Formats: sequence, structure tokens, C-alpha cells
Amino acid sequence: MKPSITELLTLLEAMKKGVAGHSVEDFYFLSRACLVKDESKFDRYDTIFAAHFQGLEDAFKALVEELPEDWLQKQAEQMLTEEERKQIEAIGGFEALMDALKQRLDEQDERHEGGNKWIGTAGTSPFGAYGYNPEGVRIGQQGSRHRNATKVWDKREYRNLDDSVELGTRNIKIALRRLRKFAREGAEDQLDLDDTIDKTARNAGLLDIRMVPERHNAIKVLLCLDIGGSMDDHVRVCEELFSASRTEFKHLEYFYFHNFVYESLWKDNRRRQAERIPTSEITHKYGPDYKLVFVGDATMSPYEIVYAGGSVEHWNEEPGAVWIKRLLTAYPKAIWLNPEPESRWGFTPSVKLTRELMNDRMFPLTLSGLDSGIKSLR
Amino acid sequence: MTNKTFTGTSSYIATDDMKMAVNAAVTLERPILIKGEPGTGKTQLAIEIASSLGRPLFEWHIKSTTKAQQGLYDYDAVARLRDSQLGDDRVHDIANYIMRGKVWDAFAADEQPVLLIDEIDKADIEFPNDLLQELDRMEFFVYETKELVSARNRPIVIITSNNEKELPDAFLRRCFFHYIKFPDSATMEKIVGVHYPNLKKDLLKEALEAFYKIRDVRGLKKKPSTSELLDWIKLLVAEDIPPEALRSGDSKSAIPPLYGALLKNEQDVHLFEQLVFLDRRTNRQ
Repeated sequence: MKPSITELLTLLEAMKKGVAGHSVEDFYFLSRACLVKDESKFDRYDTIFAAHFQGLEDAFKALVEELPEDWLQKQAEQMLTEEERKQIEAIGGFEALMDALKQRLDEQDERHEGGNKWIGTAGTSPFGAYGYNPEGVRIGQQGSRHRNATKVWDKREYRNLDDSVELGTRNIKIALRRLRKFAREGAEDQLDLDDTIDKTARNAGLLDIRMVPERHNAIKVLLCLDIGGSMDDHVRVCEELFSASRTEFKHLEYFYFHNFVYESLWKDNRRRQAERIPTSEITHKYGPDYKLVFVGDATMSPYEIVYAGGSVEHWNEEPGAVWIKRLLTAYPKAIWLNPEPESRWGFTPSVKLTRELMNDRMFPLTLSGLDSGIKSLR
Repeated sequence: MTNKTFTGTSSYIATDDMKMAVNAAVTLERPILIKGEPGTGKTQLAIEIASSLGRPLFEWHIKSTTKAQQGLYDYDAVARLRDSQLGDDRVHDIANYIMRGKVWDAFAADEQPVLLIDEIDKADIEFPNDLLQELDRMEFFVYETKELVSARNRPIVIITSNNEKELPDAFLRRCFFHYIKFPDSATMEKIVGVHYPNLKKDLLKEALEAFYKIRDVRGLKKKPSTSELLDWIKLLVAEDIPPEALRSGDSKSAIPPLYGALLKNEQDVHLFEQLVFLDRRTNRQ
């Protein structure tokens, strides 16, 4: 969470203008709208908010206790629906309810749960929390089960959205734009009609010829993504990135593998057992003008690379090293992108092995790594 | 300065956090960024804000080819060239060839307008950065005429995004943010209620149950959204489907009728059929 000074000032300005009213919940919503700009951070915000406000809530309660009772009553009446008010009438009105509460608080001196009289949780008494009594007074409840709670942050509804992806996707996208440029490279040998007209008009009618290089749509990419365990987060990001640049790469084919490439790959990870595509079929189908990009952490047991039958998932007749050599022969332009930090590569023998097999064309999945990777793809 | 606050309309249910974010943005005259699953009513929100506050609405729909400049103005150089060849007098005033964009229109409005920048993530990743100054200061410079255009009334800017691209930090810092989370079934009931006030209760109950069941299926490529639920209910009403037909379980047609409104690709339909089949088999045992 890195809110900036501007955002803090915005929040203060909004508070000053009285946008938030005077409840903690309003403040929660307002500060969330001001400070948190990513729904995957909402859960973290909820946690911090809860931790910060835990003690303060008692202060709020104390404040409420000091309020004149009839004022409190009016407030309560405003918030209640017609129906609920009637139900309160049924047991003798608001005052009776409050009186009864006081009385029972005096009588009761230990923690209580269930039942229908004492103040506690999960009962049908009008007092306590987690209950069903519509005329109830909620005491110390951490989040309602039957209606909206005062403390929404306790619900932690946004937990599923916290994906904690570490890669700076935006930076990588910008790096990928270099691939676009190189899809348009070449001699300027075509007349750019639109630009010529535009420039001529701006030139007050004097002809200004504009040329552009022929657009090479020929850039073809074969993307092979490791989809084993630790890679899950990275894969989603990588695929997103490459599909974002799909407008430039007219031909982007992607395949999945687990840890290392063997005799078959797959396209649909849900049906990885049922729908496998033989690697030899891929090399036949896609010509040598394709650029081959592996994305994987290459972290595994060395046996998985060098021995037949080394794969963790199935019995492979030929070792992975043989298969990757075949792929590299079929596609001379190939790189391996590794999301693991480069400093850690030395500690894993399998990374060293893979790097040797790739003739050192392994690059970290960072801005500079991608940059040099793309250079070596040319 | 506005004295009205946004509280939702007769055809749009606004949650508390949404109201808060919108009102903060309206009061402080800052842009608000709305994100959420497709079909949760992001674009609709702008329309409803405009109608509930009684303000004119300017909609700028972004495509992958849209440039920030196009929202400000376009200079029609070709028309000017043609006019110069034909000796038209208009050619001497360059302002005749400047065409206003949506942002300029909004800046020039007599009363405070609502400006919707729809699906900002569809454009190039640099697009939001190109609009920073314009949205911050609410002014821009027209180079051709050396004219500074500033907003007569700072518009309420509503920006929607489908999360296809990440937005730059500098841009986010200047906006309020609201994420429309998928409504729970109580809110959903209200939403359906404002759209189909005369819907039979049992049909609504069954439809919502079936709907949330489909949403709970793991691995769906695209989960059905609010707008799809509304379409589906419309179809159910039009076809006069009885509520009992929606109850899955022992009946032969365990797949909800007219599921085409909810599931939008064949893998999902296939997956769903398989699950229903498995479910029926376990029920029989």
C-alpha cells in the first residue's frame, strides 16, 4: 500500500467538506475511494483498517453513551423501518426496550450464548449479536449474518481479489512494445498516403512525400508456458501480456508444459490429460520463422531434464534435454524467460542445465531482461 | 458547487460505498474511476448520475485506436487543403478547421456536465497519461489557434475500466476509485425489482437461485453478469416459463431453459452440461 501525499490531501479535503458524515463506516468508504486504487488491495486495506480502529471503536461507543437518550432514540427511529418500529411497539416501545436492556445488564454477570433471555450471542433475546430477533439490540458483533453490518471491513469481502502478483506488468508491457517496433522494421519503401496529404496540407500545399517501411506482419511467436505449481501466478501475467500485444503479433501460439518440455504439450490446462499435442506435430505445423519463447522458472530436479522417465507426471521415453534440442533445431530463434531473480539462478542445478541447453539465452523476466531477450530474438 | 447528492435512482440501485465514492468525486470535482466485472453497470452509473443530478451527459467511448487528442479536438488539414485549392475564403481562418472533441464539448457546457470516458483500458497504455493535465487542470491548449480552452464548469468525470490494462499510477493518484463488486443476492433482488417490478416472487427466487448456482461453477470462462441475468429474466417472462421449470434436480431438463442468455461460449456450456450430468448421476445413486 503506497498512498501518495496527493491522495491524503484529497481525503482531508473531502473530510473538510463533510462528504463523510460522522460515522466510521462512511469514513471507511471515503478513505477507501481516496487511497486505494486497486481492488486487489482492498483486502489489505480492510485488515489495516480493522487493526487501526479496534481500540477506537470503544471511544465511539463511549461517545454514544454520553449522548442524551431521547436524541439517540430519534436517531434510532429514523433508521428503523415502519415494520420494525411496529415490532418494537409490540414489546412496549423503544423506552421499554432500553429499560429492559439496562435491567438485564445489571442482572447478568457472565458471558452467555444461545437461549432467549440473557444478553449474548446467537439467541432470540432482543439483546446481543448474531441473533434473529428483529427488535434486537446488537452488542459487540463482528459482522452480521442477516443484514449489513456496521463493520463492513470485518467481512473481508475482497479477499478473493488479493492476487499478490509481484511482476510489474505495466513495465513489462512497455518493454514488449519494442517487439512492435521490430515488427515494422525495414526499408522505407512505401508511400504513406495519409501522412503525405496531412504533411502537404500543413506545408501550405507544397508537396511533402512521406514514406513508411512495409509492415511486416510476419512476426510469429510460439509461447510455451510452464504451468507447474510455483509458476501459476506468473503464467497468468505472462499470458495476459502476450495476448495484449496480439494486435502486433498476428500469429501468437501458446502451449503449456509442466516443468520441462517432453513429447507433448497442451493448450487447455483443464484438459491437460485429454488433449495433448505431440511436440513433433508442433514443429511440423509451425515453420522455422516462428520465434520460440519459453517462460518458466526451470526449477526442478535435474533428472527431469537429463533422464528418460524423469518427468514427475508421466513416463517419458526420451529425456527432456533431447526434446528441447529438437525444438531449438526447429526454431533457431529462441529464448527462455525466467521469472525467478537472476541472482538465485546459480543455486539451482536445473537452471544451470537449462541455461546451457539454451546456449545461455535465458533472461530474467524483468524490464532489462526482456529487452536483451528481444534483442537476441532478432 | 453542487448541493445535490447522488443516492441512486428509481432504475438503479446504488450501494453505500458507491454513493460515498460518487458524492466525494462530485463534491471535490475530481474524476472517479469505476472498475468491476463486465455487466455490473459501470457505464449505466454515469448515465444515472447525470439523470439523477439533472446534468447534461457527454459520452466518449474509447476504442483501441482512440488517441487522447481526439477527445480534445481534431484539425482537419485535408479540408483546409481542398478549400485552399478552391479559393474558399474560410481557409484564412484556421479555426474553421478545428473540430471539437467530447472533452471540449464538456468544457464548454453552460452548466456542470457529466463526462463519461468509457472503457479507458481499451486504448493504448499511454492514453491515460496523455490526459493527466487535461483532467487535473481542466484546460488544454489548441496549438493551431493558440487558444487556451478551460472548463467553464469543472465537469464530473466518470471513467470506466474493464481491467484489461493496468492504469498508470500518476493517473490513479488523481482519481477517486470505486470497484463495483458483484451484488449479493439481496441486492440483486432489489436490482431485478427495479427493472421488473411485477415479476412473480417464486419465479424471481428460482431464477436467482439458478443464476447464483451457475456463477458458482468453478472454471467458467465467463461468469454471467447482472445485465445477463436481466436479459435472461426478460426472456423467461416473454416465453412464460413456469418457475418449476427452473428447479434443477430430478427433472429431465436440468439445464436451465434459455441458458444461451447466461453462458456465452461453447466450452462453458459443455462444462456446465457435464457437471449437471455428474450431479444427476450422484443424485440417482
